[in-house]
Amino acid sequence: MSSTPSVVVVDDHRIFRTGVKAELEGMVEVLGEAESVEDAVRAINELEPEVVLLDVHMPGGGGVEVIEQVSKQRPQQRFLALSVSDDPEDVIAIVRAGARGYVTKTITGEELAAAVRRVRDGDAVFSPRLAGFVLDAFAGDLPAEEVDPELDQLTAREREVLRYIARGYLYKEIGLRLNISVKTVEAHVSSVLRKLQLSNRHELSRWAVERRLVD
Amino acid sequence: MRRDSRRAVLGGVCAGFARWLGIDPIITRVGMVVVAIGSSGVAVVGYLIAWALMPSDAGEPARRRERRGRKGGWRIAGGVALLVISALLVFRQLNLWWSDAVVWPVALAAFGVALLWTLTRQEAEQEQEASEAEAEAGMRDADTRAMPAQLRPGTPAEPGGWWRAKRASAIGFGVALVLGAALLFLWAVGALNAVSDVALAALVVAVAIGLISAPFWWGMARRLGAERMARARSQERAEVAAHLHDSVLQTLALMQKRAGEPDEVAKLARRQERELRSWLAGGEPARPSERLADALRAAAEDVEETHGAPVDAIVVGDAPLDERSKALVAAAREALTNAAKFASDTGPVHLYAEIENGSARVFIDDRGPGFDPEAIPGDRRGVRESIIGRMERHGGRAEIRSEPGEGTEVELKLEGNGR
Repeated sequence: MSSTPSVVVVDDHRIFRTGVKAELEGMVEVLGEAESVEDAVRAINELEPEVVLLDVHMPGGGGVEVIEQVSKQRPQQRFLALSVSDDPEDVIAIVRAGARGYVTKTITGEELAAAVRRVRDGDAVFSPRLAGFVLDAFAGDLPAEEVDPELDQLTAREREVLRYIARGYLYKEIGLRLNISVKTVEAHVSSVLRKLQLSNRHELSRWAVERRLVD
Repeated sequence: MRRDSRRAVLGGVCAGFARWLGIDPIITRVGMVVVAIGSSGVAVVGYLIAWALMPSDAGEPARRRERRGRKGGWRIAGGVALLVISALLVFRQLNLWWSDAVVWPVALAAFGVALLWTLTRQEAEQEQEASEAEAEAGMRDADTRAMPAQLRPGTPAEPGGWWRAKRASAIGFGVALVLGAALLFLWAVGALNAVSDVALAALVVAVAIGLISAPFWWGMARRLGAERMARARSQERAEVAAHLHDSVLQTLALMQKRAGEPDEVAKLARRQERELRSWLAGGEPARPSERLADALRAAAEDVEETHGAPVDAIVVGDAPLDERSKALVAAAREALTNAAKFASDTGPVHLYAEIENGSARVFIDDRGPGFDPEAIPGDRRGVRESIIGRMERHGGRAEIRSEPGEGTEVELKLEGNGR
């Protein structure tokens, strides 16, 4: 599983796509690029990349639209959202649409390559900021009758892992701190991602409603 | 014997008479009507004389006002119309007569005029009452002035909107009555026949002009709407342009001038990015002097600006800023400054704060060279005083974990006041 992952880069700015390709040189194989929702759906179905690097904001619906259209034919397709925006609404929206991770465009090439590999392997990638959003969204106790403990609350361990991510620690460092393996750290983050995508906590569904993701 | 103004229908004569007799006023009223018809209206003259002569019992102005306010003009106007009819009948009986044709127009006109007149008077009275009540309320308590008019003590119970609508329709009805009476009179005396052709022609022309110009008015209304929208849009665009000009273009110009100083350029770009982000987010403006979360973010931005080292600040939760949390912010600023000074070459400094239930935890992490906290060198005396000492003075705690080559981690804790 440690082979070079293949990606399609979807972004409406050519300069940015070129930059990403240059940065990933040698670490990730870039199969193709797309600059619109339409192009992206066609390219992904044609090239079948392991991971799609997806811009959140694009004319014609943005990353959320790409995920929705591609998922109809390729439900297993993995997406990593990449954006300059760190607006919680955008972030939560694209993750709830199905992206397995979210990183900001200021990320270094190596970190991005690591993130792509992690998404390829089915794990989740949280930037410090996304970890902060999630901690914020899942903060506070809910009335017992409204809680689905499976989805609506984070475990103490998950909180701890997220806290370290928010503080800028890498998975390896978090594992060392908590005396657990990197795999266990990844499992915790994936579990948080699942809750983030499926929980109906008010803070999350409100974001979704505001972005018109649910009726 | 006095007129009973509280139970009066017209002048209170019958009611006063009934009170004097100790019977229900209905009996005297029915009796009055019977007598009036039987005497072909002469009794009405008697009623009017009694109204003029009998003193009113109006001793309580407040009660009187209440009565008038509630009764409305309709009954009074109807009474006046009946009185006029009676008077006309009296004149006819007395052979002081010219034509039967005037009866209905005059009666209608009397009804309409009486309606308008009573309504106008009621309005004046109500205004007076309202201002009196306001003056009273003002003397009693300044707070009551802030209340909506309906809730103010002393004003009539009739709600404003409903009352106004009812009054407007009554006035319209009164005006229509008077106009109708005038037309009826003209028609009755035959003056209208000549006029009617002209009036019809004028009406037809007016309708035709209305139909012809309707599309023009419609188009004009739509154009006005479209223009207003376009104006709003261009105003918005102007605002955006002004903002971009003041911020982004200025920064870009500065960056071009300083192209040879990469640190300075990076600093400028980062500051501009932050400003643009907060502007785009369009949320409430930050209040670093009131909220702990904003104060921590502001401290991070300050340090970033002063030392040119990127600081990632993530704050979860919030609380109002008080003396203790101000100390927390100051300690965090000190820790950030140290990290920025000694560890800015190894990636961003991270500030993570968690504020919940009155407690706060702040972490400041860097990947710098680290140091041995047991042997704090002379130039880092600030750590003991400004971070550890300050936190302890305010009932908090500071822990510094660092090893040479392993970066530094500062944890600041402030427990709630047992609230």
